[in-house]
Amino acid sequence: MLTRVVLNQADIDRALTRIAHEILEANKGSQDLVLLGIPRRGYPLAVRLAAKIAAADPAVDAAAIVGQLDVTMFRDDLSHQPTRPPYPTQLPRTGIDNKVVVLVDDVLYSGRTIRAALDAMIDLGRPRIVRLAVLIDRGHRELPIRADHVGKNLPTSSAEKVRVRLEETDSAAGGENSGAPVNEVVIEATA
Amino acid sequence: MRHLLSTEDLSLANAVRILDTAEEMAAVGEREVKKLPALRGRTVVNLFFEDSTRTRISFEAAAKRLSADVINFAAKGSSVSKGESLKDTAQTLAAMGADAVVIRHWASGAPHRLAATDWIDAAVINAGDGTHEHPTQALLDAFTMRRHWSQLAGTASAGADLKGMRVAIAGDVLHSRVARSNVWLLRTLGAEVTLVAPPTLLPIGVEKWPCAVSFDLDETMAQGVDAMMMLRVQGERMNASFFPTTREYSRRWGFDDNRLRALDTLGLKDTIIMHPGPMNRGLEISSAAADSPRSTVLAQVRNGVSIRMAALYLLLSGETREQATSTAAYSKESH
Amino acid sequence: MAEQQQHASTSGAYLIRGAAILGGAAEDLLIRDGVIAARGQNLSADGATIIEAAGLVALPGMVDIHTHLREPGREDAETVETGTRAAALGGYTAVHAMANSTPVADTAGVVEQVLTLGRTAGWVDVRPVGAVTVGLAGEQLAELGAMADSRARVRVFSDDGICVHDPVLMRRALEYVKAFDGVVAQHAQEPRLTAGAQMNEGEVSAVLGLTGWPAVAEESIIARDVLLAQHVGSRLHVCHVSTAGSVEIIRWAKSRGVNVTAEVTPHHLWLTDELARSYDPVYKVNPPLRTDADVQALRAALADGTIDVVGTDHAPHPSEHKECEWAQAAMGMTGLETALSVVQHTMIETGLMGWEDFARVTSTAPAAIGRLQDQGRPLEAGEPANVILVDPAARWTVDPSKMATMGRNSPFAGRELPGRVVATFFKGHPTVLDGKLNTPYRWPADAVDAAPAGRP
Repeated sequence: MLTRVVLNQADIDRALTRIAHEILEANKGSQDLVLLGIPRRGYPLAVRLAAKIAAADPAVDAAAIVGQLDVTMFRDDLSHQPTRPPYPTQLPRTGIDNKVVVLVDDVLYSGRTIRAALDAMIDLGRPRIVRLAVLIDRGHRELPIRADHVGKNLPTSSAEKVRVRLEETDSAAGGENSGAPVNEVVIEATA
Repeated sequence: MRHLLSTEDLSLANAVRILDTAEEMAAVGEREVKKLPALRGRTVVNLFFEDSTRTRISFEAAAKRLSADVINFAAKGSSVSKGESLKDTAQTLAAMGADAVVIRHWASGAPHRLAATDWIDAAVINAGDGTHEHPTQALLDAFTMRRHWSQLAGTASAGADLKGMRVAIAGDVLHSRVARSNVWLLRTLGAEVTLVAPPTLLPIGVEKWPCAVSFDLDETMAQGVDAMMMLRVQGERMNASFFPTTREYSRRWGFDDNRLRALDTLGLKDTIIMHPGPMNRGLEISSAAADSPRSTVLAQVRNGVSIRMAALYLLLSGETREQATSTAAYSKESH
Repeated sequence: MAEQQQHASTSGAYLIRGAAILGGAAEDLLIRDGVIAARGQNLSADGATIIEAAGLVALPGMVDIHTHLREPGREDAETVETGTRAAALGGYTAVHAMANSTPVADTAGVVEQVLTLGRTAGWVDVRPVGAVTVGLAGEQLAELGAMADSRARVRVFSDDGICVHDPVLMRRALEYVKAFDGVVAQHAQEPRLTAGAQMNEGEVSAVLGLTGWPAVAEESIIARDVLLAQHVGSRLHVCHVSTAGSVEIIRWAKSRGVNVTAEVTPHHLWLTDELARSYDPVYKVNPPLRTDADVQALRAALADGTIDVVGTDHAPHPSEHKECEWAQAAMGMTGLETALSVVQHTMIETGLMGWEDFARVTSTAPAAIGRLQDQGRPLEAGEPANVILVDPAARWTVDPSKMATMGRNSPFAGRELPGRVVATFFKGHPTVLDGKLNTPYRWPADAVDAAPAGRP
């Protein structure tokens, strides 16, 4: 299996810093901002983004604007995949009604996860605006969905796999790819 | 997991998986929109050969919260020579495209027959069979205990087991599917179980079960107990000489007001009182005990829906439900 | 005319060459005119059909003391014709047909009807068992004497399936059958202790939540009955002994000189209640499968003679009576076509018995209990030619759908068993040859057709 590193730790950090500033710019500040990460790897990215937003705007309490949105039960491929146990959904104390919600995920591909996320979110409240931030956009969309903030556009073939490894989710022993380097994005060619 | 037939063969990993999934399902129950689309288009049949409104509506609520279509099939009365055989009923349901059959049956092992034969290919959930098992009841009991136990420990309940928890189960063990399912599941989760019953209401062979057995409720309480589970006792058992009178039964083996007070004098301030319902107030449990802050009776009912949602979801969402037991972390392929 | 026909179908003579007689040295057997004409080395064929039997064991035709042929009444489960075909294939030349048919075999008319059905079929000697009580109801003695005096000459009486639990009635039955050298075959099951019982009461029933069938329900009846038999000086046969405790009681009774014989089924020599964990009713049987300790005690008792005979308790059921919940299912297992193999597996291949013992427990002893004069005889010149040839080295996998019995309820389905019946000679006529059904024996017309209401 051929693997190619496309983003290293510094690249990821730079991309997130840029996205954090784009979010603040698009929102004209930090008011009403809520970041909802999609498990598993969208959530740590949302936490990192919140920290960067708080660093840029000292009025922001990073922990108070970040939440986790599980989309498992809303997926359209439940009967085509092995059973997935759901992850917790945790909203910031303020809820999401009338908020500007930024959905955060690691890789944007078919768009189906984001479709599920939109459905999941609507059952929880009614945000004023919903935006989407992703670390990687690898193309091959199957639904009319696009990201507002992209760390890196990565043209891929659908035979390739994009792996995002984060220290929060992929460093523990026993996790998938345990022992592999973390905080990098690689492309695996399955040829 | 292809079916949920008993807790005896439920692994620790699968038990914890169901309990953890139920935690997420419980969160849905607290939302304004108490519905998930996960089982849209799936058909769940509640096949009840024995009346149990409580269990049926709990499964019905669970299936509906997951957006499944629910068919209630009350087959009571179609027993023995009259009416349809289990085989014909099963084949009928298969022909109607049932994805899951929730079966309650007066005959021990009926769910196993459905699962083992080629009469129907659906996932089978045992909703209580004869005097054998009632696995979802045990799971909701364990869920209730785990929340209590984790709260006392100040830790999250997700992923936790019941190591060290002392559970006493008192009553008609002989005829109780709830007791059997609880004994196996609580053993798997690491709790220490003591069965308390008159000797006539314990099965021959109970000495081989992974639990202690006592004839003395007060002594069991004095040794310390974290959860006290009372089993329903049918007054009619008196007529078959299982005990002399209901009065004597409740004096020796019922959780009465004296024993409720004894929890305080014994310093057991965190002990909870459980009952699978429906209760015989004044027989196996006093009203004061059933209504005390220690009682988890209503929490058990509430948790029942979450557990049944978890079971339905885990059994029905897998890839054509084949090797759904694979615990390998999945890769999020369609991001 | 009939005489001629009969002559034509049985005139064949057979020279069995080199069979191990009762598992011993290889010798020839010449069968002619329904008897063993000669036994010895290098017998001359003299026109007889030669059967090469090197490697085969010659045994007396097996006698089943306990068979349910279901006819009359439950022809959807088995008929005399299908049941006796199964018996011949299983190595039997005589079976005792239990009385729990519909109508119950509690009158001379019914037992004669069964006798006629058996002779019309012609595969084995069908010996009707008479009911002890009218309608098996356990209230009033049936006309035991009339059945004994009938053409069926009934000697074995049993309410099998139901226990004669009333101690006074049991005493009277034991006393009464002395008048014609009969025997009461008791189904030992205390009814109150087994109300609703589904399986052996013990560790497994506790887990499965199936109502327990305590060993004591069998043992208490056997204890009572051996004492009654001793008291009235009669003959008692205990059907399908299933527990270690029963064995001890029978051993004790025999040591005290009680005239008691006992039977064990092939399935109780092998299978245990662990099989009930599948909830598959093919393992539901009366008495229930017990524990491994019981199995070992039964094997030891059969080997040391405490238990006298193997009886199949062949109990075919239509499939709908087994394709259901355990509690709904009928009790019983087929056994005629697997008995030899199961006994070989459990008793001979374990070294507990030899073929000579096999002949005792499957032929000599059951024939003696049933007072059959021409069955269970030695394989000697001049004796009736009820002989079977067995290939002990054969191995076969049980497939109930390929059996001659109508019952598909074999608990041994899918198991590989040793031993195969190659040939069965009934009254000198080969009912089975090359392991396949041949043709039935034709009884003389006057032996068949004295029944008032015969079949077409």
